[in-house]
Amino acid sequence: MRLQKATRCALFAVLELAQDPEQQITAADIADKYQISVNHLAKVLRDLARAGLVTPMRGAGGGYRLQANPKRTTLFEIIQLFEDFGHDIQNRAEDGDHSDIGQALKQVTNEIDNIAISTMKSITLSTLLKRVAMNAEKKPGNL
Amino acid sequence: MAEDLTIRNAKIDDIDDVTELDARITGLKKHAYWKDMYARYGQRDKRFFLVATDQDHKLNGYIIGEVRAWEFGSPPSGWIFAIGVDPDCRLNKVGSRMFDAMTDCLSKTGVDTVRTMLARDDELNMAFFRSQGMMGGPFIQLEMPISGQRMQGSHV
Repeated sequence: MRLQKATRCALFAVLELAQDPEQQITAADIADKYQISVNHLAKVLRDLARAGLVTPMRGAGGGYRLQANPKRTTLFEIIQLFEDFGHDIQNRAEDGDHSDIGQALKQVTNEIDNIAISTMKSITLSTLLKRVAMNAEKKPGNL
Repeated sequence: MAEDLTIRNAKIDDIDDVTELDARITGLKKHAYWKDMYARYGQRDKRFFLVATDQDHKLNGYIIGEVRAWEFGSPPSGWIFAIGVDPDCRLNKVGSRMFDAMTDCLSKTGVDTVRTMLARDDELNMAFFRSQGMMGGPFIQLEMPISGQRMQGSHV
């Protein structure tokens, strides 16, 4: 599965902020770390702020802080802000749906979508960060 | 608190409490089922029926697992197929402590992988198992209604 650029930017930003919910980080710092466009990221951060997932900080330094609860917020909640992804898409009519082959294909693509959705809904920010830590421990030199 | 918990093998005297806890979670009271589960998993080799109790000996949770071998080419692996935590004790690491105890039991039998299977929409348990480090494995669950019409042209 390939996520759109905006979705990846959003996930990088939210997960970066979730590593320390007390810290505030600027869009420029996040963009620099993940080598993504700062302008694109700034727009994504505004969308995340509107959704109540991050808070823009005023004053010296500015930046953003995580507002969401990392133990309660799943990847799906972020992804669905930017992707045409979810049960709505399964109900949308597409060319050929009326045919026998179209209906059988729909069953298969719905199965794939359902697995992807349940995967995203079951992984919280905290769980993903645990995996980051686990992967870092497994890296050569960290034995 | 998690540090006040005792994780131990279930005893027959725990089955009434397990039945009550399961009924609180699922809405179904299945005493005969849990008695049978105890007979099959509480007293046999490579099968584990563990409970978590607090300082007052109150049941906080239960977990059941076993070693399954050579299913569709899979080497022996641990399976966890039941877990329940008192809703009033959630977020106290009861589930994590039971999961750790179960993986210890399974590991001592010589297996190095633990598996489970859940309903796709069981977000609570799915999120719990993932928070313990579990990910999608190499097997996929398939099903069909037995009474349903078989597809034509099956080659197997």
